[in-house]
Order: sequence, then structure tokens, then C-alpha cells
Amino acid sequence: MTRSRAAHALLVVALAAAPFIVPQFWITLGNYIGLYSIVTLGLVLLTGVAGQTSFGQAAFVGLGAYTTAYLTTRFGASPWLALAVGMAITLAVALMLGFITLRMKGHYLPLATIAWGMSLYFLFGNLDFLGGHTGMTGIPALNLFGFELRDERRYFYLIWAIALAALWATDNLLDSRPGRAIRALRGSLAMAEAFGVNGARLKIIVFIYAALLACVSGWLYAHLQRFVNPTPFYINQGIEYLFMAVVGGAGNVWGAVIGATVITLLKEMLQDLLPSVLGRSGNFEIVVFGILMIALLQFAREGIGAWLARILPARRPQPVPEAPPLATRERVEMNGPLLDVKRARKQFDGLVAVSDLSFEIRPREILGLIGPNGAGKSTTFALISGALSLSSGEVMFRGEPIGNLEPYEIARRGVGRTFQHVKLIAQMSVLDNVALGAYLRGEAGVIRAALRLDRAEEARTRAAAAHAIACTGLAAHMFDAAGSLPLGKQRIAEIARALAADPVLLLLDEPAAGLRYREKQELAQLLRSLKQQGMTILLVEHDMDFVMGITDRLVVMDFGEKLAEGDPAEIQRNPVVLEAYLGGV
Amino acid sequence: MDLSIAALLTQDGITNGAIYALLALALVLVFAVTRIIWVPSGEFVAYGTLTLAGMQLGKPPGTVSLLVGMAIVAGLLEVYVCIRRGEIARAPRRLLLWTGVPCVIAALVWWSAPLNLPFPVQVALTLAAVAALGPLLYRIAYQPIAEASVLVLLIVSVAVHFTLTGLGLWFFGAEGSRTPAFASASFQLGNVNVNVQSLLVVGTSAALIGVLYVFFGRTLYGKALRATAVNRVGARLVGISPSFAGTLTFAVAALMCAFCGVLIGPITTIYYDSGFLVSLKGFVGAIIGGLVSYPLAAAGALLVGLLESFSSFWASAFKEVIVFTLIIPVLLWRSLTTHHHEEDE
Amino acid sequence: MLRCIKAIAFGLVASVALPNAANADINIGVTLSATGPAASLGIPERNTIELLPTTVAGQKINWIVLDDASDTTKAVTNIRKLIAEDKVDVVVGSTITPNSLAMIDVAADSETPMISMAASARIVDPSNPKTRWVFKTPQNDALMADAIAVHMKANGVKTLGYIGFNDAYGDGWLAEIKRSAQTAGIKVIAEEKYNRSDASVTGQVLKLVAANPDAILIGAAGTPGATPQKELVGRNYKGKIYQTHGVANPDFLRVVGKDGNGTLLPIGPMLVFEQLPDSNPIKKVSAEYITAYEAKYGKGSRTTFGGHAYDAYLLIAQAVPEALKKAKPGTKEFHAALRDALEKSNVIGTHGVFVMGPQEHNGLDNRARVMIKIDNGQWVLAK
Repeated sequence: MTRSRAAHALLVVALAAAPFIVPQFWITLGNYIGLYSIVTLGLVLLTGVAGQTSFGQAAFVGLGAYTTAYLTTRFGASPWLALAVGMAITLAVALMLGFITLRMKGHYLPLATIAWGMSLYFLFGNLDFLGGHTGMTGIPALNLFGFELRDERRYFYLIWAIALAALWATDNLLDSRPGRAIRALRGSLAMAEAFGVNGARLKIIVFIYAALLACVSGWLYAHLQRFVNPTPFYINQGIEYLFMAVVGGAGNVWGAVIGATVITLLKEMLQDLLPSVLGRSGNFEIVVFGILMIALLQFAREGIGAWLARILPARRPQPVPEAPPLATRERVEMNGPLLDVKRARKQFDGLVAVSDLSFEIRPREILGLIGPNGAGKSTTFALISGALSLSSGEVMFRGEPIGNLEPYEIARRGVGRTFQHVKLIAQMSVLDNVALGAYLRGEAGVIRAALRLDRAEEARTRAAAAHAIACTGLAAHMFDAAGSLPLGKQRIAEIARALAADPVLLLLDEPAAGLRYREKQELAQLLRSLKQQGMTILLVEHDMDFVMGITDRLVVMDFGEKLAEGDPAEIQRNPVVLEAYLGGV
Repeated sequence: MDLSIAALLTQDGITNGAIYALLALALVLVFAVTRIIWVPSGEFVAYGTLTLAGMQLGKPPGTVSLLVGMAIVAGLLEVYVCIRRGEIARAPRRLLLWTGVPCVIAALVWWSAPLNLPFPVQVALTLAAVAALGPLLYRIAYQPIAEASVLVLLIVSVAVHFTLTGLGLWFFGAEGSRTPAFASASFQLGNVNVNVQSLLVVGTSAALIGVLYVFFGRTLYGKALRATAVNRVGARLVGISPSFAGTLTFAVAALMCAFCGVLIGPITTIYYDSGFLVSLKGFVGAIIGGLVSYPLAAAGALLVGLLESFSSFWASAFKEVIVFTLIIPVLLWRSLTTHHHEEDE
Repeated sequence: MLRCIKAIAFGLVASVALPNAANADINIGVTLSATGPAASLGIPERNTIELLPTTVAGQKINWIVLDDASDTTKAVTNIRKLIAEDKVDVVVGSTITPNSLAMIDVAADSETPMISMAASARIVDPSNPKTRWVFKTPQNDALMADAIAVHMKANGVKTLGYIGFNDAYGDGWLAEIKRSAQTAGIKVIAEEKYNRSDASVTGQVLKLVAANPDAILIGAAGTPGATPQKELVGRNYKGKIYQTHGVANPDFLRVVGKDGNGTLLPIGPMLVFEQLPDSNPIKKVSAEYITAYEAKYGKGSRTTFGGHAYDAYLLIAQAVPEALKKAKPGTKEFHAALRDALEKSNVIGTHGVFVMGPQEHNGLDNRARVMIKIDNGQWVLAK
């Protein structure tokens, strides 16, 4: 993502000057907006980007607030120490909760977040040593290098310094190797795992990240108000954070600030305006608030941030830097076949999908796997790529058995693949999508990425992705959103992504499906040129013209068994194949 | 704890569980057809009870003004749509349907409130009024964004919940109400005093589960409704109107919730904000049913009711902690045993 | 970025384009919980404020009322707004203890006097540089709890059970009754908690009935107080049932119905002022207030919570002329003078006689409580 440096600088200057210029109450509001932004930022990442809906962030805010309240009032500890302890406790709790709840899929996860949000709230309220429902008073003010941060204006700087740092770090995170993987967590997890992303681990990391942000916000809150009680950590507040994330727009980290600002200011404005408009006899703020939210979401479904992004001029994308290439895989000349399928069998209870199938793929050849519908081609494909496990038999790749390995382990060994239904992340650029393919060739982790220490590796990765894109002829579309490409080009982008992983063997699942004639020609051209450069390709396909024209050899399947094997000319004359598949004698 | 206490707690747990089950059923129904997680279901329960309570006191309940207000807005929206589509001829009929019918119901309720009509009539009017709110709510708040993601629909539901709660405070005040029972008899089963009203609640839940299960699982029309949640475009292409499906669903769900409110009014005091926690527990039940299965949703809700009952005996201060913590392993188990395919957002 | 700045700027300009009170008037800021769990306490308070006069000692008063929705963060935001934007001279609020506790620091830092309408003594005790700015009008929980303990002891109660809200109100009462009971030699043998919105309290009540104490205290406010009571009566509990002043409103009577007969509770005398002897100075003040309140809101709509707000007004009304002698409204000196004057209060209120002092920022004594009981749907002085 490119940056508009002038705008950022202006913002920082405005924030720095604000406490001297604006009225006191604006600072009060600014403090709360800052606090909420920090929590909402975590939610934007967790729910907006990674797709894990969480209502329970308020509970983590409570953990941060109560830890520091307890340690500073009962033990006189330094608030900074209490922050460290709070973050450690939050880390532990988030790890435990994340481990249990992130395994849940679909709607179980939000409910689980509600469940532990409620549990923690009632726990806070019923433990006497935490002050029960009445709360704990007398929390000391923060002391920073001798300055006591008692005044709201001084606190404003601290809050916004932390908020801006968090925004910076999260922005960096999204624009990096782990960031691409995180973007894949919502809706494309199977695809990402095929490229080496450890989905479960990454989800927990994002979850912990969001929890730690909430903890910091809670710590700041406790030392701002110098009083804590359970009510600010109830489910209502958790819902409100989610509100802010959705209203602000989850596509961009600034959505957090926008959402927090809009909701906070809206509530204040309603509190001021409504009594004079409607008379004091009712409490309509919440009613009007609700109605406004409903209206807002009808017009700006993806949040205000997304709406603003559409009306403001688009940013120019960063050019891909020149950089030394990433390390490539060692290419050893093989004597035997590259891929050897030995009596592979897959059985689903009573149904035998693949029955003792054996064939091999030699280096630098294009092998086609064809057969009627239901023949078992996709199952075989899944067995080779690791999406399914073998019931019996073996699959050897470069002499090593890969039969029951995880998809990402197979990917790591040099097998790249595309998908039958195109699985690109529509909102991401083609370059970023292809760069995701190079996931296993990099190693930058979340912390390095957040602190922007990964720039060198990132440049090399982007260069490698650009190279793969150039190889496949998509250079003109490099910065376009992947979802905006026509289907033919999307399929080629998938191949570019598979190439970015530096594979030795390419598995292509019906790459010609849905393509127009011209697009098929371009695809065939691409495959030929890849073969010339030394790639080995396994192709599952239905389009006979396409297959006959491009493959070196064919394997024909029917009812899970191999029907015939040979070069295209032989197959076209084979009576058994003709009978079963190509249209009778 | 001896056997008689256990029996009493079980009875209490089942009764509460049946209340949550009714809500769980409504939630599953709404989700199955519209993909909306219907948080405001609890408000409809509260409105049901409190509207009836208002009529009992002889005052026209505030629901009337809400009904009229929403009817007017819905009517205007419909007319606007007709004009935009160039189908002005249809406008009067739509207006009659969307504004006329609810206003007639509202007028009836308003007129009859001080008259102290017989109890069944009052119940019928209450049900009509609150059930009419359902389709109106769908038309105004949800139909325009029916294609949005589940998360956005959920947030809209939360906003609706805030609005209805706030309006509830205005209409019904901060204090609660109870309503008269359908049957104030009770009989002895062993040494447990069984309340006929409680039996009615349980019975209604059971009956509804049966009806919904059969309707959605076995009848063509029910399957058509489910189809609209899975693929709106596909449903439209085969002649099912997703908006009609949504409207009908909301009407049925609102009716169920209103009936639930009328049933539980005698057993417990209902407040303008009782709805939230009750619907939350119903939501737990619905999730345990995977948001698809009615019997499982009811079973889940029953589990919550029983857990609540027993933990309020053992450690009442930590009752909520226990209930919500114990839900998590159940959710984990359900999640692992359900086949799930990723929802492509 | 730019869009953020624009959004913030727009919002804040809009919120500041509001009428600011003129400086010569006295501005009184009120933050109370008119929505949320404490609504049944806050709404009568707000209703009372709407009745109050807008001049005192020839000065115009502006009442600025904000709702904090029973939430501490909102209460703190409100008081900051009142002080910074509306430039109030004194803050009344909030309705509940946690909110009031959270507001103390702000009041003290800005040197603005604050009169709380919440129950816990912690709000004003112990006396320190912060709480010297804070006063409260409700009787301390301890005063009321003692009344119950004294009554119980006099009626031979040896064991007590408790069931109350799982929130600050219930917590506060539990702590106080345990202390008072201990002093009176009564053992608390069962403690249960429940939520305002719980559909049933069967489990808790079964446990209480099994323990069979001589008396049970229900620590609740508003109509939710009826839930355990009805359940207890339904389970044939034969001991005495005590409630707190939180249920002293007509809706409670309506919901509890016949199950409420014989319930005992301690409250401020204003609720039954007609039954007080004429010699009681509180009677006249209560009569004025309640007549005005019921004229606007209906016969029988009186509650003790409204009285706390009225008492706050009485304290202010008495302190303002004193303070005016020393400084002009809107100045720091005026605030300090107001605080000093409040600290010297000797005012007859609706709940009792307030005699304040440097160590005594509540000022109520035993005259501020009477035991009443419910008799056929009416509040009656208990003997």
C-alpha cells in the first residue's frame, strides 16, 4: 500500500497541536476516541481482514485495566510493570481461549466470544479482591520521565502516540508476507494452506495481536479514569467495538479511527441536540443512534472508510523495486520419474473413488489426466496435492513418499497447483496474490513485518512475483485488483501464483474451463513455454482439443481405474477409450 | 441437595429452557431463510408481554404508535420503489397492504384497549399487533441490504435491538409487568408442584419444533424458503421471491416471539430490556443446533436452562460465569462434529 | 488522514455550535442514569429536576441534565463535559455508586463541588483532599442496614438470609447488612445473588428456604425485587421478609401484589409523610415536594429516589446565597465558596435533617429513616 506522506504529516501535526488549541472537552473526546481506536484496530484486523468475528474484545480491555488497577493499588507497583504483567496475562488467556475457540468455524466462533466475554465480565464483578461491582478507586496516574500524566492534555499525547504506533505497525503488517496470508484467512483458507500458510497458527497470532491491543487500551483507560469497575467491559461495549469496526470499514486500518470517531461524536451530538429538538421527556439518543446506524449500513455497507476510498482519488501503486532474486530450489536431474503414483487407492466408506491407480510423470513432460465425469480425476488430483489422504498405495515425488503429507508440506517440496474454481483474493492486487504463492520462500514473521524490518525480503519477494507475472504475460495487470480480471486472465494469474512458489511440478485443475477460444490459445502457449523452461506439468482437463494439442502423454481414467495410457495419437485410436469416453467406435 | 430439590430445579430448568427454546426456534427460522442473526427477537417477546399488560391496565400500549410509524415508512418506501420501477399502478395496492393493514390493526388495539375486552380477544389483538411489526421491520431495515454479508446483517440486527429497546423504555417505562395466566391451575406430580402455565410453555415449544421440522424438512414450500438463504439469485430464477420469503418468515417469527411473551408473562416479570439476555440464551441454543436444526436448537436451549437452574442453586453469584464457560466446550464439540464449508465472502 | 481530520473537525464544530450558558447565571450540571439498569432510580430523579425552580436568591439557574446510561465511562465523560463545556458551578450526580466514585477525581481536580445521589458511604468517606469536594444526599447504606438490624433484633431474629442483585447495589447492601447483623449478633447463614433480568430465581430461593433463616433480606431495586419475594411466598417461606428502599415505588406494589403483605423496609420518611406527626419538621418539606411531584406525575408516583434529587436542590439553594456573598458565579472562587457553604449546611430535607461538617459530608442521622411495611398495597409506618 502506498502512503500519502503529506496527509500523514498533517495529521501528526494536527494531533500535536490540538491540546493547545482546541477546547478541553474535545480533548476528553479525543482521548476516548484514541482508546477506542486502539481496540477497534485489533478488531479490524481480526474481524475485518481475517474474518473472525469477535464480540469479546471488551473482556480483554478489562483484563488490562484490572491487572494494572490491582497491582498499582494493592501492591503499589509501577504502572509500566503492571502493563507488562497485563500483557503477559492477556497473552496467556488469549492463547488459551484462541486455542479452543479458533478451531470453531462459522457461527460458533462469535458465540464463543460472547460466551467468554460474559464469563469474564461476571468474574470481574464477583471477585471481591477486584472490588466487585463497585470497583476500585485510587489508581495512580502515570509517570513518564518525571512528568505526571494527570492532565487530560498530557494523556492525549500518550494515547495518540500509542494509537499511531499501533496503526503504523498494523499497516505494515498488512502489507507484508504474513499480511497476505492474513488476508487469505477469510474465505480462502484452503487455498492459502496449499501455499504453506499454517492457518490455525496464524489465526491465533492475529487473535493474540487484537487481544494485546485491547489490553493496552484497558491499561490506558485505567490510568486515565483512575477508577475501574466492570460495567465498561460488558457485552454492550464489545458490541460497540464491533460496530465501530464495521461502520469505519474493515478494509483499511484507518477504518478503526473513522469508526471510533463517528460513533463517539455521533453519540455526543445526539446527547446535545435531541433534548432541544424532542423535549426532555424521553431518552431517544439510543433510538436515533440505532436508526442512524441502520440507515448508514444501507448506504455504506462496507463502512465509511470504503465509501471514502471510492470518492477520493485512488493512490498510485508503488513500482516494484529492483531486487536480487529469491533463492530458487535446487534442481537435481532425476533419473526416474518425477512423480510416481503406485497403486493409489481412495475409499469413502463403501465407495471406491480411486482404485489401485498407477502411473508416472517424467521430468519435463506435460501429462494429461482425462476421463468422464465421476472417473476419479479430481480425487486423484486431491490425493497428489495432499488435500485428501490415501486409503492405501503410495505417491512418490522425486523418490520421496508424499502420500499422507499436509498440503503445505507437499507445496514446500516443489509441487505447485491451481484450483478448479479460481481462488484469488478479489480485493488484493494481482501482484499481491502472486506474491502469496511465494509464501514458503520467505520467512518474515509477524513481529518483523509489523516493525517494518522485512523490507529487504519483501522487495525480493515482490520482484519474484513480478517475474512470475511477466513470465505469464500479465505484466499489464500487475496492480489491478484480481477480481477485476476476466476469467481467462484470472486462471493465468493462478498459474503465475503457482510459479511464484518455484515449483518443479505444476498441477493444473481444469485450467481451460470457462475460457474463450483465444484465451485457450494463450494458455496453451504459456504451458508450452513453461515446459521449454524445464517445468513438468500434470493437467486435469475436459476440453479434448486443448488436451490433445498440448500434452505429451495422456492417462485416461474411468470408474476410478486407469483405462489407458499413451501419447495423444495412441489414445485417440484406442477402442476402449473411444467406447468409454470419446464417443463410441 | 435431595431429590425433591433436584426435581424442582429440573422443572425450573425445563421451563426456562422451553422459553429459550422458543426463541432459539425463531432464530433458526429467521437465519435459515434470510441469513439474519435475529438479535431483536427478545424485544418482540418483551413487546408481546408488555403490550398485553398495557391492555390489561386499560391503556393503549405504545406498540400502537410504533406500528403506525413503521407502517407509514414502509408504505413510503414501497411507493418510492414503485415509482422508480415505473409501476405506479401497483402503488395503491402496495400502500394498502403495507400501510393500510398495520394501521387497521393499530386502530383496533387503540380503540379496544380501554374497553377491557375478554382475555382471549386481548391476546389475539396483542399477537396481531406484534406480529405485524415483524414484516414491517424486515421491509424497512433488512430488505434493502438482503444480499449483504452475515456480519453486516448482524450489526444491523444489533442496531435494531438498540432502537427497539430504547423505544420500549419510552413506551412501557422502566418497570416491569406480569400478565394473567391462561390457566392458573397446578397439580402435583410426585411431590413437585407442576404449574399448568409452565406445561403450556413446554408444550408449545415441542409442538412448534415438530411443525417447523416437518415444514422445512419435508414440504416443498419449506425447502423453497431455505433455498433463498443459500442462493438468492437461484431462488429468484426458479420463481421464489426472496423478499416474500423474508417477509413471511419475519411474520411467523414475530408471531412466535409474541406468543412466547404472552405465555411467559404470568411466570416472570418482563421489562423493556428483558429481551436481550433471553435472546442471547436462545442464541446459544440456536448455535448448538448449528443454526439449521430445530430439535438440536431446542435441546441446546434446554441445556442452557438446566445449567442455569442448577448453577443458580450451587453458586448463584457465579451462575452466569458457569453457564457461559460451560457453553464453550459444547460449542467446540459441535463445531468439530459439523461439516463446515467456508462461506465465501 | 485528511478524511479523519475532516470528520473530526466537522463533528466537533457541530457539537460546539451550541448555546453556551451566560456567565452571570448559575449553572448546575446533573448526570443521572435515566436509562440502563438503574433507570428506575434515575427516572424519578430526572422527573424531580424538571420540577425545580429556575431562580435562587434572585439568580437565574440553568439546569443541564445529562444521561449516563448507568455506565461509568459515560458518567465521567458527562461530568467533564459539564465542567468544561457548560461551565457548571456544581455537579449533581450520579445515581449509582460506581459512577459517583469514578466522578470524584474529576470533581476534585477541577475544584467543582459535587453532590452525589448514590448510596455508598465510600463516596464521601474517608475525608481527604478529593472527597472534600464531594457530598451526598441519600442515607448511607449503613444507616439503613442498621435500621433493619435493629428491627430484626427487636423482633427476635437470630439468623438472616440474603438474596440480592449481582451488581454494585446488591454488593453494597450485602456488605453493609453483614456488618450490621454482626453488630446486632445476627448470623447471616445464606447469601444468594441474581440478575435484574433473570426469568426465575428458583435455585436461589430453594437454597434459602432450605437454610430456613428467621428472616430474609432482598437487596434489589425496582420491580425486580418482586421476583424473589413472590418465589419465597410461593415456596411457603414463613419468616420475615425485608426489602430495601430501592423498591419503594408504586410499580413494585403493583407487581408484587398480595405476596408483598407484611414486607418490612427502611426508608426515608418522605414516602409516608402523611403518617408522620406534625411536629416532625421533615413532614412539611416532604409535603411540598411530593404534592408538586404527584401533581405532575400522578397520584402515588412518589419514590424516595426523587427525594434525593430534591434534597440536593435544597442544599444548593441554601448554599448559594452564602457563596454569592464571596464571589460571582462561574468563577473558581464561587465554586470554593459553594463548597464551603455546603459543608456548613443545616437543612431540613425530604429524607432527613442534613447537618454537614468537615468530616461529615452526608449529615443524616436516625431521623432519616423509618421502618415501614406493606399493608394491603399501601405503605404504612411499622411499629
